[in-house]
Amino acid sequence: MTSSLMARVAQLAADVFSVPLEQIEPQSSPDNIESWDSIQHLNLVLALEQEFGVEFTPEEIEQLLSIELVAALLEEKQKACGVY
Amino acid sequence: MRVDFNSSECRNLAEQAESWPQAQAALQELWQQRTAPATAAFVVSCAERFRPQPYWVSMRLGILRSFTVEPLIPMLRAGAFLGGIDLTVRAGDFNAYSQEILDPASWIYRNSLDAVILAVQTCDISPELWERYSELTAGERESEIARVVESFRNWVSVFRSRSKAALILHGLECPAFASDGVLDGVSSHGQADAIRQINRELRAIAAENAGVYVLDYDAVIARCGRNRWFDEVKWMLVRLPMRAEHFRDLTSEWLRFLHPLSGRIAKVLVTDLDNTLWGGIVSEDGVERLQAGVEGPGAAFRQLQRAILDLSRRGILLAVASKNNADEALEALDRHPGMLLRSKNFAALQMNWNDKTASLREIARQLNVGTDSLVFLDDNPAERQRVRLEMPEVMVIELPAHPVGYANALRDCPMFERLVLSEEDRRRGELYIVQRERQSFEEQAGSLEEFYQSLGQQVMIAPMTADTLPRAAQLLLKTNQFNLTTHRYKQTEIATFAAASGCDVYTINVRDRFGDNGLVGVVMTQRTGDACLIDVFLLSCRVIGRTVETAVMAFLAEKNRSRGVARLEGWFLPTRKNAPAEGFYRNHGFRLVQQKQDGSTLWSLNLNETVPACPSWIEMNMVKESAA
Repeated sequence: MTSSLMARVAQLAADVFSVPLEQIEPQSSPDNIESWDSIQHLNLVLALEQEFGVEFTPEEIEQLLSIELVAALLEEKQKACGVY
Repeated sequence: MRVDFNSSECRNLAEQAESWPQAQAALQELWQQRTAPATAAFVVSCAERFRPQPYWVSMRLGILRSFTVEPLIPMLRAGAFLGGIDLTVRAGDFNAYSQEILDPASWIYRNSLDAVILAVQTCDISPELWERYSELTAGERESEIARVVESFRNWVSVFRSRSKAALILHGLECPAFASDGVLDGVSSHGQADAIRQINRELRAIAAENAGVYVLDYDAVIARCGRNRWFDEVKWMLVRLPMRAEHFRDLTSEWLRFLHPLSGRIAKVLVTDLDNTLWGGIVSEDGVERLQAGVEGPGAAFRQLQRAILDLSRRGILLAVASKNNADEALEALDRHPGMLLRSKNFAALQMNWNDKTASLREIARQLNVGTDSLVFLDDNPAERQRVRLEMPEVMVIELPAHPVGYANALRDCPMFERLVLSEEDRRRGELYIVQRERQSFEEQAGSLEEFYQSLGQQVMIAPMTADTLPRAAQLLLKTNQFNLTTHRYKQTEIATFAAASGCDVYTINVRDRFGDNGLVGVVMTQRTGDACLIDVFLLSCRVIGRTVETAVMAFLAEKNRSRGVARLEGWFLPTRKNAPAEGFYRNHGFRLVQQKQDGSTLWSLNLNETVPACPSWIEMNMVKESAA
């Protein structure tokens, strides 16, 4: 996984959840970030789609439940489009 | 992959900013680069650090809705902060709008909201018209239209009877494909036509109820492209109908209503000349080679001039701030054949080599407005940045790289929006040009008294009527300088006040030898026992310094004395801007009776001792109170 991708995801998540960047880790999830509720999950999805120019399917949206998973799925989607 | 050096630099600047002007300049640029949900959250959290700012207005908004609006709220608040509105938003429960309006104990009535948006889509309020249209008989179609209109009528009247907040109704949207295909346009009972019929009725309902407005939701969708608007996946999953890229389009449309409702509006557009109003630089290229006209590269500039002219018809004053030799710039304005705007369209012209901030301040002084009523238009990013940092209260329009986008960038600015337009507004530009002559006349006249005499002023005082109510409400919202209490009552509140026993609302019109100034003053009084309290006393800056206030006070004193009132009382509530009204009570014989910690003062005039007289140079007329 590229670290720059992880850094962009972390920054985006910090903005969306209104927490300091240091608090975001690969294992961050709705279980350990208090403001990560269903509304903020939607906001995260929207922010990711805009930032990375991708669209998630309904199934994918339900799976994006940690920063690690988000970054992994994004990497997969970008590879599929030939973007590195 | 995009390199985000600029936006990360903007973020750092905003995070490290020590004052709001610095943060605002960086955030504005960031927002321009990425109007996205994540940026919105960042903008809001930065802005909240600098709360409150002197020229911000706060506003409380409720959103009643049939679809998911949560992700739009940070975007709405970010846009509001950058336009000087500290907006608090609460959304109602999903699809609970009807109960929330009808329930007398609803949260929308318990919180003192300034405005409420009712955002309901066609598919939610009428699945019949949206999905099952082709199955409807003509009779069913008519009764469904009537049912929807009646629902809205009922919600509006219940809401109006319980709340004084402004109400913004979303009009209904048409489907991308009508159920009958192209036949829909042929038939006189088409699906699109049924929806438009409801929208026409909504406008009628809004016209019948004070403080109710219709937002043309279908037009917002059309502007973005109907096929690009809907997001089927998000709609199925979370009932969010539109794509994230269009959040901005809807929140901007909301702001177009919230700016005029909150009073954060611009009164003056100040424009640059070279490469803004025309292509080229007059002192280098000469007048003939400047670009402005119906064809070719000059067309973009003519489009901008058209947009500016539209604003002036909306009552926005125009002014020029240009670094130029005045004679050359004037020649270009008045002689170039492709120009739509001429020097006569401008109420103030600053064409010199001064700093633009100095020109902006001078324009505000000449036109008697606060600098926070100015919008600045300039193609030069450095000038824009300088104004942003030095005069954060001035709205600076961000222009795209190419002039073809200038006109729409201007039309997009929500601070030019108005919800009502009076005849005075339409004629305002004209009035100020007369004012320009009046000022030079003042400079010529010898003594002040001689000047007053020569003006030949006629002051007409009349009880407020339904016709003058909108203009009176507008003055309460906009008048900052000669305003003793700065109560920002809404139209509905003024109407309620006027109907109460012992209460009077008067409007003041002033004419002089140069023309009609129109409706320029409002007074609201309340009698209790043998005292009469002056609740509102304001005059537009157009007539400040011409003793009109003395004439109005003479009227109030005489009117109340003849009714057996023993004393007139009034508060002076100081603001940052109403210094011109500060000495008013003292100068008219009132005695100070109370002074509060916050500087508010209560004054009283014994009408058995003193009744101020109308100045001899003013002819005062009272329009009789109607029998009704």
